[in-house]
Amino acid sequence: MNRIFNEKYECMNKRDKFDLQSERLRDVVQRVYCNVPWYRRKMEDVGIKPDDIKDINDIVKLPFTEKKDLRENYPFGSFALPNKNIVRVHASSGTSGKLTVVGYTKHDLANWAECCARGLYGVGVDEESIIHIAYGYGLFTGGLGIHYGGEYLGAMVVPVSSGNTPRQIMLLEDFKADTICCTPSYAIFLSEEAKKIGKDPRQFALKYGFFGAEPWTEEMRNKIEKAYLIKAYDIYGLSEITGPGVATECFYQCGSHVQDDMFYPEIINPESGLQLSYGEEGELVFTTLLKEGMPLIRYRTRDVGSITDEICKCGRTSVRLRKITGRYDDMIIVKGVNVFPSQIETALLNCDERVTSNFRVVLDRVNNLDIMDIEIELATGVAFDEVREIEKLTAKVASTVASEIGVTCNIKLISSGKLLTKEGEKIKRVLDNRNNK
Amino acid sequence: MLVNQIAVFLENRSGRICEFAKVLKDANINIQTMNIADTAEYGILRAITSDNQKAIQVLKENGFNTAASDLIGFKVADKPGEMYKVLRMFEDENINISYLYSYAEIGSKQACILLKVDCPETAIKLLTKNNVEGI
Repeated sequence: MNRIFNEKYECMNKRDKFDLQSERLRDVVQRVYCNVPWYRRKMEDVGIKPDDIKDINDIVKLPFTEKKDLRENYPFGSFALPNKNIVRVHASSGTSGKLTVVGYTKHDLANWAECCARGLYGVGVDEESIIHIAYGYGLFTGGLGIHYGGEYLGAMVVPVSSGNTPRQIMLLEDFKADTICCTPSYAIFLSEEAKKIGKDPRQFALKYGFFGAEPWTEEMRNKIEKAYLIKAYDIYGLSEITGPGVATECFYQCGSHVQDDMFYPEIINPESGLQLSYGEEGELVFTTLLKEGMPLIRYRTRDVGSITDEICKCGRTSVRLRKITGRYDDMIIVKGVNVFPSQIETALLNCDERVTSNFRVVLDRVNNLDIMDIEIELATGVAFDEVREIEKLTAKVASTVASEIGVTCNIKLISSGKLLTKEGEKIKRVLDNRNNK
Repeated sequence: MLVNQIAVFLENRSGRICEFAKVLKDANINIQTMNIADTAEYGILRAITSDNQKAIQVLKENGFNTAASDLIGFKVADKPGEMYKVLRMFEDENINISYLYSYAEIGSKQACILLKVDCPETAIKLLTKNNVEGI
């Protein structure tokens, strides 16, 4: 089903959209300039004042915001309003040690819910629907983001959260949800697990699935659609900008519609920082046009993507995001969780003197689930004469690393110097074998 | 009664044991005992050589994680019930054995036992008191 939740904004003509975005940009720049000292300094450094921003095309005059800016101002230094106005925080992985924190006002939460509601409603979900949410709930934005989008529509929301697959299968069967939201790899895993216990996922009442939080391919889409006999839609988002729902596919599944009345996307050349044209591939950058709690100007996502402004068959005029194909930094996504190798390094530096911080991450996909092995070199001269000593050490390292990155991993100790090339250089830190499967 | 041993950390990868033996051969070091404990992921090679200090040095140079540790070594008569006698002593004194290996030359009247316990001083006292012959 193809339908529109908020015709005024989703189908606004180009001229009006330009005016709206320009007005909202002027406003957000003013707010950030007045209330976020570190961004104000950035503007002063390049000699830009809020008055220099006349319309949305002037956005290129504004300095970028990067993840390191947020880290340096941890935890609440990027908020544009006092804590009394903030009603919720979420957080995602930082590059080392500290999390990246985001704060929301009541309005921010309502706008975010509308973003998700637009995506859900646009393909057929409404107040008659039952939405099974198997994204994790908590600091991660996945679960609660779609949760409030579903409630905003008046649907019945089942906040299962992640894990406990047998219970997920039971609830899908008993509650007869017509919509499921989770990571695409978990959707595949869930269908395989259901088959193992003699349940045919095609017999669930599901009609729609919204999948995101990790990159996925058309092959995975076909697999999911076949396994459940549903339509599988891509939902894009990142906590810094708001969370899931920043862009969602419509019925025609030809790129995710950016809610560009609220989030202004740009594609830039990651080296020069210059804005690229529609259709060109580069780094995706977002400016939050409406956010109050933590508005961000030209936030560099490090995601590789491209956008198009061609009008979609669905009737929406919003720009569309092509599927994200990779990253400009070394961030990896494991089981839907963002992981930076530098976090692993931080954990290893403070863990145990018998292990070094020379490591390599080896990612694989077994039974459609991500498996993360971390090979770690032992310190020189360290050896064990008892097996239990090795077991104790790997268990200690595994729990230290897992609590730093928020996802479980297998620790494989290796001899000193094994992670160097023959020329004595460090080998690549991440070996990702998941796409070879 | 204390016998010095080297322990070598091995990833489970074919060829590693052979590499170990080659390093010692090239340094003209004789291997007197050798034993391997394995798990799914790792192996621990334990050996006593003609020159442990030198062995550790050449193994380190060749990229092996190697360390020394002390075992308790003693001899028992090579006949039924002798092992039981000693193990029973340990059991009665609540001394926990982490691992043990033994060797007996064919035709010899005595067998050598090497073991690791969590309280070596107590174990040595116990063996000495019971007139067990140390190595």
